[in-house]
Amino acid sequence: MELTEKHKEYWRKNLIITAILLAIWFVVTFVEAWFARELNQYSFLGFPLGFYMSAQGSLAIYVVLIGVYAWYMNRLDVEYGVDEGEDA
Amino acid sequence: MSAVISANRAFFNQLRKYYLFYTVGFLVFLFVLAVAEQMGLSRRWIGYSFLFATIALYAGIGIMSRTMDAAEYYVAGRRVPALFNGMATGADWMSAASFIGMAGTLYLSGFDGLAFVMGWTGGYVLVALFLAPYLRKFGQFTIPDFLGERYGGNIVRSIGIFAAILCSFTYVVAQIYGVGIITARFVGIQFEVGVFVGLAGILVCSFLGGMRAVTWTQVAQYIILIIAYLTPVVWLSMKYTGNPIPQLAYGQVLQKVTEREKVLANDPKELEVRGIFKARADAADAKLKALPASQVEAKAAAEKKVADLKAASAPGEQIIAAEKGVADVRDEAAAKAAWTKEKGLAARAGPPKPHADPFPGKDEKARDIARLNFIGIVFCMMFGTAALPHILMRYYTTPSVKQARQSVTWSLFFIFLLYFTAPALAVLAKFDVYHFLVGSSFASLPAWAANWARVDPSLLSITDINKDGIVQLAEIVLGGDIIVLATPEIAGLPYVVSGLVAAGGLAAALSTADGLLLTIANALSHDLYYKMIDPNATTTRRVTISKILLLVVALIAAYVTSLKPGNILFLVGAAFSLAASAFFPALVLGVFWKRANKWGAIVGMLAGLGICMYYMVRTYPFFGGVAANQWFNLNPISAGMIGLPVGMITIIVVSLLTKEPDRKVQELVEHVRYPDLKGDTSPQAA
Repeated sequence: MELTEKHKEYWRKNLIITAILLAIWFVVTFVEAWFARELNQYSFLGFPLGFYMSAQGSLAIYVVLIGVYAWYMNRLDVEYGVDEGEDA
Repeated sequence: MSAVISANRAFFNQLRKYYLFYTVGFLVFLFVLAVAEQMGLSRRWIGYSFLFATIALYAGIGIMSRTMDAAEYYVAGRRVPALFNGMATGADWMSAASFIGMAGTLYLSGFDGLAFVMGWTGGYVLVALFLAPYLRKFGQFTIPDFLGERYGGNIVRSIGIFAAILCSFTYVVAQIYGVGIITARFVGIQFEVGVFVGLAGILVCSFLGGMRAVTWTQVAQYIILIIAYLTPVVWLSMKYTGNPIPQLAYGQVLQKVTEREKVLANDPKELEVRGIFKARADAADAKLKALPASQVEAKAAAEKKVADLKAASAPGEQIIAAEKGVADVRDEAAAKAAWTKEKGLAARAGPPKPHADPFPGKDEKARDIARLNFIGIVFCMMFGTAALPHILMRYYTTPSVKQARQSVTWSLFFIFLLYFTAPALAVLAKFDVYHFLVGSSFASLPAWAANWARVDPSLLSITDINKDGIVQLAEIVLGGDIIVLATPEIAGLPYVVSGLVAAGGLAAALSTADGLLLTIANALSHDLYYKMIDPNATTTRRVTISKILLLVVALIAAYVTSLKPGNILFLVGAAFSLAASAFFPALVLGVFWKRANKWGAIVGMLAGLGICMYYMVRTYPFFGGVAANQWFNLNPISAGMIGLPVGMITIIVVSLLTKEPDRKVQELVEHVRYPDLKGDTSPQAA
């Protein structure tokens, strides 16, 4: 079938949220790890910050990122009429 | 529609009730065993109780879930609710290495070990954003299925089958090895027997009910493994910080450990022990350089010592020790081996590694290399996670795309519970060792240390190097696995908790092995046999063939395991790099880039996989490679950091040079992108 403009917009929005979340993922993973030594000069809840992020902070952010994606997309589905109906 | 809604909701409520009862039942079982222990039940019987009760439980679930229906057998009927699929994925994901090995790795390598913690959780972001919802919408049975349909033709599918088997098999061997170790240690049966007992536990479940049985067993296994992991850590945290939430409390413990590291680094007694190691390593090095003459000298000296001792009628054990000294240098090869080992003591001549300090190294260059390899491991573990077929397969089993997305959130949440506890456990254990074991006298070691040093010297050995009767940190050699295994005893808990930990480790190993074996058997029966050899096969025949293959693959895996191949940890890491290089680019471009075509996928997958294997063979000693061949000083385990970009670029370049895929394929891509496309006529629409 031919995709409508609305469908294309849905996909664009999907790409945008994917890109945003991926950027955050990149920062809390690779940028954080790269500067771990520098971050360790700061302290958070009694931990050196770099250590804390790699051991807990980034992990918690990953859970939140996935949760936000699921919530956002499941709403977007309904908004653009591509959801799977009540049952899902 | 509303009938389906209420059916699904009723199913969810029913499951919740069952697993609630099950959890309570398990806690009652623990309580009864704890009482029985107080009344004098022996450790051996506690071990047996855990082993047989849990395996019988998994078998029971397997028997109850037996099936010959293809959708039930391959994807559990696609009605696993998000929450339960999350638990099943958690158990599927967390292997023996995560459960038993992770905290030990963190203990031994401090900050640098966190690469695995980050890699094995952050990968789920990629699963959620790039794969799970689209694979669910595609809605077939396996990962090669997707590749085959998307790119067309049997070549891509075959490469997919090969790569799926390659990474799953290396991984499954490591799991069965874990099963053997746990049963041998806690129940006291022989390693090889333990392997086959564990195998029975795996088979009775997956053989009868395929994915359906594996799913419901994995949920049960997750509950056991998380209770087993958290209980002793919470206790330990209470003991040392008075706070039952170890993840919050260990910051202050980490500070104390860091202070203690500084004291131990300059402690005169520690310096003395390290000095002895340095001297011994230097002496061995000098003798190695003076080969072959030094061997002749050493042999003569050792023989003279034996003769002297015999002449002086010294005690028997002294003579035996001296005779061993002769054997060590009997010829040049033996002397070289013995002295090389002795030279390795240089590793123990350094101060303790600062736990919270990232990328330690002797100079800036060494630190930069350590940082690069940290990033490399994080990268490969993440992209490998998002490409391992046994994990991706789990997202075919949810009822909808919506639930597939939620299910990734639950998966990572359940995995996160264990992975953010492991660093806390490592620090708490280190606190105990640095404060209480170090400085205790050899005559009265802490009970747990005395016990483990006696049971298994490869896990803990303490030798009084400077003969002062006091334990110095440099005198302790510790195998990583002991951290999890000994925690209940360090925390002063009854033996029943040690049994629980063993049951948890077993659950972790069995659940992962289940998922992996199913992946291999399905790749062979569904993709190879049904899709490529006999497309007209009946459902019953397909399922039967899958079951037979499962048995065969399991037996081969157990046989390989019983040969005890070395370097299992490396092989597990290698599986991630291989999966990342082979699968990730083709899967993701398949969804996000319509222009990606068959030839791009074929050449790209082969290029990624090929360069990854080539790099490992060239740089890893096990395959005859040497470190000098490394590019940018990148460790062989991180070969995926090269393989993945090469695969990605190759797919893009080759696709652009060859013909655009036809309309049908483009429609398939559109089909997977929208959870429900009204008026979609694609043959995939279900």
